[in-house]
Amino acid sequence: MLPESLILSALIFVIGTMGVIVRRNVIIMFLCIELQLNAVNLTFVSLSRYLGIDGQVFVFFVMTVAAAEAAVGLAIIISIFRHYGSVDVDNFRMLKW
Amino acid sequence: MSNINLIQETGIGEGWEPLLPGLIILLPLLGFFINGVLALWEAKKSAAIIREGNEDTTAGLNSSKAHSWPGWIGPGVIGVAFVLTLINFVRMLEGEASEPIIREYWTWMATGSLEIAAAIQIDQLAIIMVLIITGIGFLIHIFSVGYMHGDPGYPRYFAYLNLFIFFMLILVMGSNYPVMFVGWEGVGLCSYLLIGYWFDQEEKASAGKKAFIVNRIGDFGFLLAVFLLFTNLGTFDYGSIFARGEEVFEYGGPLVTTITLFFLLAAVGKSAQIPLYIWLPDAMAGPTPVSALIHAATMVTAGVYLVARSSLLFAMAPVSSAIVAGIGVFTAFFAATIALKQYDIKKVLAYSTVSQLGYMFLGVGVGAYTAGFFHLITHAFFKALLFLGAGAVIHSMHYALHQTHKDWDAQDIRNMGGLRKCMPITWITMWIATLAISGIWPFAGFFSKDEIIWMTGSIAGADNAPYPGLYTVYWVMALVTAMLTVIYMTRLMIMAFHGMNRTGSKEFGHLHEAPKHMWIPLVVLAVFSVIGGWINVSKDIQQSFLGGFGNIPMAGWLHHWLEPVTESAHHIQEIHWGAISHSAPLGGGEVAWGALSTTAALIVLIVTVWMVRSDKISVATEDSDPRGLSKVIYNKWYVDEFYGHIFIRTLQRLSKFAWRIVDIKIIDRSVGIVAGGMRALGWLASLTQSGQVNTYAFIFTVGILLIFGIVIF
Repeated sequence: MLPESLILSALIFVIGTMGVIVRRNVIIMFLCIELQLNAVNLTFVSLSRYLGIDGQVFVFFVMTVAAAEAAVGLAIIISIFRHYGSVDVDNFRMLKW
Repeated sequence: MSNINLIQETGIGEGWEPLLPGLIILLPLLGFFINGVLALWEAKKSAAIIREGNEDTTAGLNSSKAHSWPGWIGPGVIGVAFVLTLINFVRMLEGEASEPIIREYWTWMATGSLEIAAAIQIDQLAIIMVLIITGIGFLIHIFSVGYMHGDPGYPRYFAYLNLFIFFMLILVMGSNYPVMFVGWEGVGLCSYLLIGYWFDQEEKASAGKKAFIVNRIGDFGFLLAVFLLFTNLGTFDYGSIFARGEEVFEYGGPLVTTITLFFLLAAVGKSAQIPLYIWLPDAMAGPTPVSALIHAATMVTAGVYLVARSSLLFAMAPVSSAIVAGIGVFTAFFAATIALKQYDIKKVLAYSTVSQLGYMFLGVGVGAYTAGFFHLITHAFFKALLFLGAGAVIHSMHYALHQTHKDWDAQDIRNMGGLRKCMPITWITMWIATLAISGIWPFAGFFSKDEIIWMTGSIAGADNAPYPGLYTVYWVMALVTAMLTVIYMTRLMIMAFHGMNRTGSKEFGHLHEAPKHMWIPLVVLAVFSVIGGWINVSKDIQQSFLGGFGNIPMAGWLHHWLEPVTESAHHIQEIHWGAISHSAPLGGGEVAWGALSTTAALIVLIVTVWMVRSDKISVATEDSDPRGLSKVIYNKWYVDEFYGHIFIRTLQRLSKFAWRIVDIKIIDRSVGIVAGGMRALGWLASLTQSGQVNTYAFIFTVGILLIFGIVIF
């Protein structure tokens, strides 16, 4: 069971990472970040079977942080959209300076 | 006497105990602070008046409190200091101490093996200097009350003057070289401040700068000499240096010669000798009492004091001593020739001062430390008197020309003439000083100058004289210079005081005798110009008709008095030079040459009176330009121009090179290249900063993978 679940979580993580790197739509990028987080969660859960309950406890923390992050992140995305009428990340290069 | 006995019983001091020596120094400083505060207050007030655009009230300022107080405080503190000095001097006379009294107040610097104490030392040499500084300083302060009356900077003037006395006292009373150096620098500062006292006139301000910069060269020599002393002896104190100098240094060795030559450089700068004398004539831009105090009686003699103080070191370096004497006698001669053709009354006196300082250098250079110092004392009297007299004349001339709105030069002796009718006291006292400086018996200058010349001749004939031929040349030059002195001083007196008045009939009515607090100092100084020489009459002269057949009181006193300071130097000299001769290089004893020189001086004086036809002199504005040799002398042998060409132009070219080539082309350019390189690097690095979040995420991921890779494998 373990190798399979670890391979799955690695696949999901790579998909998430590639999504963040390749896609330009902020919402998609955001979803991909969620994918990465959940891939990590899956790893925690699968390993907790062998290494003790700590991994499962940690998953709850990650979910909490992810929820908070989603709330803040979506709010920012909405306000960006209201301001510029677009969520294409190529239009937002203010991080340069 | 009871006090002294008490001290001896309790064993506090050796023979005598100084009374409040620190207070002598602190009183002038106190005066400086009070006058300085008044000056600042005054400046604030007049600035407010100028701001309001009401300039008429500046006249009202002169009578304000700020203008009457400094006139009391300035001379007052110096007067009290003088009285204290006098008390100490009298106690010292009774006490007969051979060891100097040293007072250590606190440790000034302490690092490693170096420890310098803020300490003062009173010995036979210092107390005489302090007497001159406070005594003549007091008289000049009183004179200044009259001379500077009505000047808008009155409190500032007295503040500077008090500060000068303070630093001068530190210079002579310090018990080690660093403390002396503090005074040395301090008097230089005050000299600068007072030369440029009327700083709103550019020429006077730059004269102050010139004095300061030229003095810097000398100060550099002072420091190097002191550092060399420290590296070889590990101490700065006079006591330990002179106690151990004889064993540490080798007689005539290169080390002691180097040290003394650096000291000589310092002395040459401060005492205005060739080649650094050029600042002193320009220093006449300051108020005349300043010229009398700083540039005639006290500060410029600091170089002579330095040599006399370090007499042991100079005695051990015959080469340096010969150079000291050579510089002295050559300066004496050279400056005297310039004085022959000057028309500014103060310029004549300035070159005369340079010349007389040359005599002092000759004295200390030939090892006659007492004679050189003796001339310092008598010169302080008669030269201060001459300057103050000149001040009185200028004061009167200035007033007269101001009254009639004539724009003539108040200091040009061609514009004077016949002043004896208007200012008899100034006239008589200045003649006394002239006779004294001319070395005419029995005035003060005769005894001091004659002793220097005589000692020069005697050294030339000593058993093992180092350079007998050289000293004979010095001797002849000194004799010739003595005659030149008579000529230029007599010429000055005749042109200023005798014959017909050339100022103008309307102006003549305005010429007046100096007020009371100006002529009283003149009279006091005149008295000392007569009797001042009687403190040191050599044995031969004392017993002859020149010494009143042994009737001059106190004869030989100074020589005996200074023995504790100079005896070790004289001792070294005796060992190496042998007995000095008792006849001049051309034969003849001291009495004969003394009588001869005073007779010659008198004859030259009479001839000069006859030669200077005051009715043939035309006033400055109508006078034709001098021609031939007179022109060269009138232009001071073009030394200033020569220095301007050699040093100043070279420096300017060097500065231009440093500016155009070194600074702009090399330094600026290399800085520019470095900056440009940095900018290019930054541009390269900025390419990675696209602002695209995806790129960042990619780099981030790659980075993490790399780190993992490194950690795992």
